[in-house]
Parts: sequence; structure tokens; C-alpha cells
Amino acid sequence: MKRLSRLRRHRAAGPILLIFALFTIGTTFQVASAVNSDTTTVAARSATIDEGKQLFLKGCSSCHGLNAEGGQIAPSLIGVGAADVDFQVGTGRMPMADMSVQAMRKKPVYNPEQVNALATYVASLAPGPAVPTDAVLNYERDGSVAQGGELFRTNCAMCHNFAAQGGALTQGKYAPTLMGVEPKQIYEAMITGPQSMPVFSDKTITPAEKLSIIKWIKSTEAEPQLGGTALGRVGPVTEGLLVWTLGIGLLIGVAVWLAMKAR
Amino acid sequence: MSNEIEPIRDPGLPAHQHRQADTDPIAAQRAERQVAILFGLSAVGTLLLIYSYIFVKSDKFIFIPVLGNTNTQQLGLGMGMAVALFCIGAGAIHWAKTLMPDEEVIAQRHEFRSDDEDRAEFVKTVKSGAASAGLGRRPLIKRSLGVALGLSGLTPLLLLRDLGPLPKDNLQKTSWKAGTRLVTDPGDRPIRPEDLEIGAVAQTLPQLAPGEERTLNNIGKDAVLLIRLRPEEFNLTAERLSWTHEGIIAFSKICSHMGCAVALYEQQTKHLLCPCHQSTFDVTRAAKVIFGPAARPLPQLAITIDADGYLVAQQPFTEPIGPSFWERSS
Repeated sequence: MKRLSRLRRHRAAGPILLIFALFTIGTTFQVASAVNSDTTTVAARSATIDEGKQLFLKGCSSCHGLNAEGGQIAPSLIGVGAADVDFQVGTGRMPMADMSVQAMRKKPVYNPEQVNALATYVASLAPGPAVPTDAVLNYERDGSVAQGGELFRTNCAMCHNFAAQGGALTQGKYAPTLMGVEPKQIYEAMITGPQSMPVFSDKTITPAEKLSIIKWIKSTEAEPQLGGTALGRVGPVTEGLLVWTLGIGLLIGVAVWLAMKAR
Repeated sequence: MSNEIEPIRDPGLPAHQHRQADTDPIAAQRAERQVAILFGLSAVGTLLLIYSYIFVKSDKFIFIPVLGNTNTQQLGLGMGMAVALFCIGAGAIHWAKTLMPDEEVIAQRHEFRSDDEDRAEFVKTVKSGAASAGLGRRPLIKRSLGVALGLSGLTPLLLLRDLGPLPKDNLQKTSWKAGTRLVTDPGDRPIRPEDLEIGAVAQTLPQLAPGEERTLNNIGKDAVLLIRLRPEEFNLTAERLSWTHEGIIAFSKICSHMGCAVALYEQQTKHLLCPCHQSTFDVTRAAKVIFGPAARPLPQLAITIDADGYLVAQQPFTEPIGPSFWERSS
């Protein structure tokens, strides 16, 4: 060790180290880029795009157009990104069951591989938000419940209800409940703004803040119901209804019994 | 034919009907047993409450039909207290109805005025008390007592001071000034136009000067919603269009009806909806009211960018934000 530390002060030590470092970085880059330009992944990707295109032509093109350019009844999908497709098809909202005001969550028509193929195809048309990876979605590690609650109350609660139970919008549209929604889908909804929902940009709500929101929703979901039924968690409406019917009903019953003459 | 009207005669009380327990000793015993059972149930309820409080673990859940998974301890506490209180009341009512005397009794009202003897006695007592207290002989005490009592009467009047101070122009003005940056709420980060995609919204507040604190009163007035549309979607006057920046439009979030936070933005219809009374505003037409009880559009904040490329207010709001008030000019 002593000799090494003496060598450290040698005149040639600096240049030698620099050359060594450049060589290492260059080699690593070569290897890494060789992996990226691997012909098999490119082939697999274009196969996925082809599969996605076939699925799209069969299942989506009648409304969204043969080249996803949109039509009279459906918007263009060029530039919406993989995240949008993954959300809409992965939650079963697309393909729509009927032309109602809002596409409802239902059992997905396509399996995850097919959803991935469709998303890859649509993403290949023009760049757009990508599907968040599991590494990005580590909300348990990167999120904060307290911060998430604050963000949720300012940005989400007016439509989705203060306990994320969902709520009504205009003309039959509604904000769905967020209970039981996968973290990936919540994240995708925030970055793509599906249907009536606006987009929440990564600059105004950073990815870390989005994870906080997800963590808060998950903690709300896991909250135990001490009283058994949650009464929809919509606050005074159902609670009041219960008190006015059961509670006052009981009081009226007692009052009638009190005034009845004993035989 | 006589047109004299027969006075309606006092029908008197109907004949008293005895209850079963009044005549039949077996029925009386049965009623007594029922009352005792109700009181006993109440005691059991209290015991259940004590048992649940001390011995039942607070993290245990059991399944109850209709209710679902219910916390055992809370259920025991609630049911115990309900049974304990309800059965005391029910027992008392049953006791009063079946066993306590229920014969009608007539109690005549006595005359309200006291008799002359008592009245004379009272006046005499007061006079002799006043004389022995010596109020007439000691004017200093009389006057100082008068001052003390009179001043103490002012105390409730003093509390009226808390109705003020008058709001002055606080209702007319917000913290927005020309050049105030719009920052995210929460987070307090300034925003560039390129941070917002088409269809994006952002909840914003004015940037604070160093050392300044955000008060709830200010948040309640200053909250602004930023929305980005395609510029060609706007249907605005030239002046209002100059208040937007590259398709970004800013409105006060405080509803012009009752002051709720209006932030339900429907991206497809470009409508802003107030959650309290469903007032609906059309963003493309400067928040024109298209449904609901709001009387005025939401005030629009004129925005532009500063030298560093961040969104700032061009000028303060040109009208008071929020609901109507007495001295509001428009």
C-alpha cells in the first residue's frame, strides 16, 4: 500500500489514469450499445408491432381508422403513447361496449401480451408517454403518504371524492372510484388524462409526487373499517340517510309505545 | 221554535279502566318480572362493555352479515352501551306503564297571589334589612356599588368589538400583482408554459416573497387554476385572448356563487364544474356560466411569461374574486 501511495504522486500517474479511465468507459459503452443494437430485440420489437397492428386492424380500426388517424366517432391515436393504450385497453374501457357518454371499466378483452402489442404499435406511430416500469412504480419506497394526501386533496379530491371513492360529473359522466385500481393504471391516468380527466404534467406534479399520491390511495384502500360497513365513504349523505331512517324510525317507535295505554 | 243555544255540558272524565296488573296479581308479577329482565339486560350490556374494553384485542375483526368485517372491540363497546342505556329506559317505561299508579287525580290550582299577611311580612323584612345595612347612611358604599354594577353591565357590550374590524378592501383584492409568478400548490415550484401538455391542468398560488407566510385567508382568495388547451379552441374577445399564453388560460378557483373551489375540469368538454351547486363554466368562452346558480363567470387572471420563461400575472385580477358581497361594485 505504501508503495502505491508513493506512485500516486508520480508525474506520469495522471495521464496513465486518464487513459485507463477513457479505455474502460469506451469498452463499457461498446458492450452496452452492442446489447441495445442486438438484432434479435429489434426483430422481436417489429414482430410485436406487427402483431399489434393486426390486432388494431381487427379490433380498433373500425372507429379509430385504419392508420389510427381517428374518425367521426373516435379520436386519433397518433401520439397518445403506449401508456394511454395500456390504460384504456388494460382496464377494459376500450373497446367500448356501446357509445355511451363514458367508457366504463370492465373485464379486459385482450390479454396482457396483446395489450402490450397494441401499445407498442400505437407508440410506434408517434412518440408519447411510455408505460411506467415496475422500477419507476416503487411507491412504497419513493412515496410519502402525508405528501400524497396533500396533493390528492388539492388535485384529485374534487372529482374522485376525498376518500378516492369516485363522484359524479356532468351529464352522466363520472369520476370512477380509485379503490382496487392498479398503481400502474393510476400513474398512466395521471400522465395521459383519459376521457374527462385532465393531464397532470410531470413538471407540476413530479413523478415522485405521483408515487406519493398512489401511496396515499393505497393506504386509504388498506384502512380497516372499524364499524363494518363504510356506507360508501361519501360522508354525511349516507350517514345522514341512515340516521334519518333507522335512528328517527326507532325514536318514533319508542314514542308510539310510550304513549300507548297499557292493557 | 226557540233559537236558544244549549250550552255544551262538561262530559266529565270517562270511567277509569283498570289494567290487568291492577286486578290480577299474576299479571302484576309477570310485569314485575319483565321490568326486572330489562334492567338485568342493561346490567349485562354494561358488563359486555367493560369486558370488551379490557379483554378484547383492538385489532380483531369478525364478519357480521350486512355490516361486513367489523372490529370486535368496537362492536362490543357499541352494542354493550346501546343495550345498557336502552334497557334502562325501556324498563323504566314498562314499569311506569304497567305497575305505577295510573288513576286520574285532580289537583286544583291555588290562587297565584300571596295572601296579604305574607306580603306585609315580606315588605317589612326588606325594609328592616335595608335599614340595618345602612345604605341610606353610607352614601360612599351606595355610589361605589352603583359604579361597579353599572360598569360590569358593559362587559357583554365589549364583546361586540369582535364583530370587527371591517374588511376594508380585503374582499376586493388578492395577492396577485403584475409580475407575480404562478407556483404549484403544493410544492411552490414556478411553472413554464412547456411544463403543461395540451389538456393539462395545474393548481397554482402566487409565489411568496422571501420571509412571507401563506395564510389560509390568502389561499382562499388566491387559488388559481391553469388549463392548457389548443389555442384554436378558444372563443374569446381580443382582450381576453391577450390574457392567455400559448393556449394556457388562468381562472380564479373560487366560485362566483358561494366560494367553493371550482376545479372539476372535464378535458373533453372543456367545462369547469363546481362540486357544491353544479355551476358549470365554459373554459373556451372565458368561463361563461352555462349551467347552475353562479351569476358571473369566474374571474380570469391575465398571464404572460417573465424574462426567465416562467408564467407570471400580467396584472392583478380586474374584479373581486369569489361570491357577491354587499359593497361589490359589479
